[in-house]
Amino acid sequence: MTDETRDLWNTLRRHTSARIALGRAGVSLPSARQLEFQAAHAAARTAVHSELDETALRAELAGLGLDLLSVRSRVADRSEYLRRPDLGRRLSDADAEALDGRAAPADVAIIIADGLSALAVQDNVAPFLRAFLPHLQREGLSLAPTVIAHQARVAIGDDIAQRLGAACVVVLVGERPGLSAADSLGLYLTYGARRGSTDADRNCISNIRTGGLTFPEAAYRAGYLVQEAFRRQLSGVMLKDNSVSAPELEDSAGAERISGE
Amino acid sequence: MPGFSHSIGGETFRFADLRTLMARATPLRSGDELAGIAAATDVERVAAQLALADLPLKHFLTDAVIPYEADDVTRLILDGHDAASFAPVSHMTVGAFRDWLVSDAATSEALSALAPGLTPEMVAAVSKICRIQDLILVARKCRVVTRFRNTIGLPGRLATRLQPNHPTDDVKGVAASVFDGLMYGSGDAVIGINPASDNTGAVTKLLHMLDELITEGGIPTQSCVLSHVTTSIEVIEAGAPVDLTFQSIAGTEAANRSFGVTQDILQQGLEATRSLKRGTVGDNVMYFETGQGSCLSADAHHGVDQQTLEARAYGVARLYQPLLVNTVVGFIGPEYLYDGRQVIRAGLEDHFCGKLLGVPMGCDVCYTNHMEADQNDMDQLLTLLGTAGVSYIMGIPGSDDVMLNYQTTSFHDALYLRRVLGLRPAPEFEAWLDETGILASDGSFTPNPTPPALFKTSLPQMEHS
Repeated sequence: MTDETRDLWNTLRRHTSARIALGRAGVSLPSARQLEFQAAHAAARTAVHSELDETALRAELAGLGLDLLSVRSRVADRSEYLRRPDLGRRLSDADAEALDGRAAPADVAIIIADGLSALAVQDNVAPFLRAFLPHLQREGLSLAPTVIAHQARVAIGDDIAQRLGAACVVVLVGERPGLSAADSLGLYLTYGARRGSTDADRNCISNIRTGGLTFPEAAYRAGYLVQEAFRRQLSGVMLKDNSVSAPELEDSAGAERISGE
Repeated sequence: MPGFSHSIGGETFRFADLRTLMARATPLRSGDELAGIAAATDVERVAAQLALADLPLKHFLTDAVIPYEADDVTRLILDGHDAASFAPVSHMTVGAFRDWLVSDAATSEALSALAPGLTPEMVAAVSKICRIQDLILVARKCRVVTRFRNTIGLPGRLATRLQPNHPTDDVKGVAASVFDGLMYGSGDAVIGINPASDNTGAVTKLLHMLDELITEGGIPTQSCVLSHVTTSIEVIEAGAPVDLTFQSIAGTEAANRSFGVTQDILQQGLEATRSLKRGTVGDNVMYFETGQGSCLSADAHHGVDQQTLEARAYGVARLYQPLLVNTVVGFIGPEYLYDGRQVIRAGLEDHFCGKLLGVPMGCDVCYTNHMEADQNDMDQLLTLLGTAGVSYIMGIPGSDDVMLNYQTTSFHDALYLRRVLGLRPAPEFEAWLDETGILASDGSFTPNPTPPALFKTSLPQMEHS
């Protein structure tokens, strides 16, 4: 026996991922639905607070022939990371100095930043790079050292690229987890990145994950953006992605709402 | 400026200017810490509150937190101040003003008459020395009633915005969520979609879909596609059925410019929308959203605390006689409001300040997954706001916005609040819910177990089992 009342418009669920036709107990959520939500929220929270396992990541990247470095932002811990976005955009003093010592002209620097979901980085960076690196090779573009950045936000890539002497930076970063996916990887491309570059200077590809934008598709779009950025020597609002007709390239989370980042 | 000071236990705290005094007096929140303007200690904060309590309300008419010459929001606040309405409280300090607000002398009628005489800085200042129960007690006495196709803000009523967002603006996907919401009695404040793209074609398509639904269903409510005001003006000129024009606004000229708006553009939006004369019981046609932290996020805060800037946004809003204004209180992120405790206080402050200024205040009771908050925090804020007489809240399927990736109140949550506090929908919408059999009007809110027949024609592409 149950006091749950089901909704009769279940079939509409095939039109949307929204949580419609949940049914009710009285006017409240049925227990199963309530706990389903709690499970999704717990997964998202776990992703936000997850630590990047660098050893495991390096093992996965081992076959790709990358020259890997590791840096930290000025953030001490996760709580400070969430409160102080400014510190997550800046390199620790020691790492800034170390990168200065590695300066050498190169076309592209790839930065792997934990961002708001280390889980996204752990799951998706290696398969994405396996699909993406051949696009760079085809263009004959040289790679700076690839930098794994802990407690980092997107703009840390500007500082890194400037210190390494890279013309273009590609930052792979864990996106803010939603209830439906806690492991979305974002890609931000900035040509001529320097400390003080803004979001208007960047192009973004969002929702890279199994079940989202596939690795070959994301790699193709990223390859197109890199190619066009070098051809036109710019990135950001002046560089439209005409490789696809789908609108989902834009980071929709900021659309007509005030946004924190 | 001479500055301000207050001594506690032999220690004297000095505050260089009004904006510093206001910032130090603000209950702790991460955004003011990020801006480097928060009080360093709890004692300093109370010292600032004590100094602020001694400040005459009149002081705010001669000392601006952002200079008159530098900011058009300051200019509209000071130029638009109504001295006659202000007269009954013009002799009071901030502390005496709080005493008066919570007293029986401050009736609903007195507060309505006073609103044009209050500036955002005055209400922000008094909110800083209020506890949560004061914020509730006073806001509950305020009456702000607005109208378009129904009446929002009457006592004992709670409206909801039905928010049927979809990741790609798919018309069937949006319609499915609209249907779900209507069946749960949601949508009297507005059926309002945040579009994934600001493309005029996509926006127009959604506007037509909502217009047909509202017309065919005879639903006494209004629609809105929350695109940029310039997009709304453009689609109005092209003949699209726009009920309400939306815009995000903030409390400084520079922040509004970062949103791509000026007071002139907002005025154009108001006039274009009113020219369509689509309202049946009133012509409040604007819908504004705000949120603490937006000025800091746009690097346009002038060293002013985020709560005072938020109140200034309501000062902008009231110029355009909006139908709806809501703070999106937990959306912006933990660097502005860190946890449930900060969000709850901010939501109640925003509602209090908006209502005192005469703005039809609702609240998006919400959080993101990187904030230290959960459904329990939202239940608390929701229940407190309902007690405070909030004009409307959001309604979304299962609390999960699959487009904006955050959590807000669900259709079920609104029914809970109505049931616990005995709150009813807007009267015109309530009559429609009764006629269609979706919700009985005998006080027992029971969503209809079977879809009413009218949706079979108005949503022909929707199949029912």
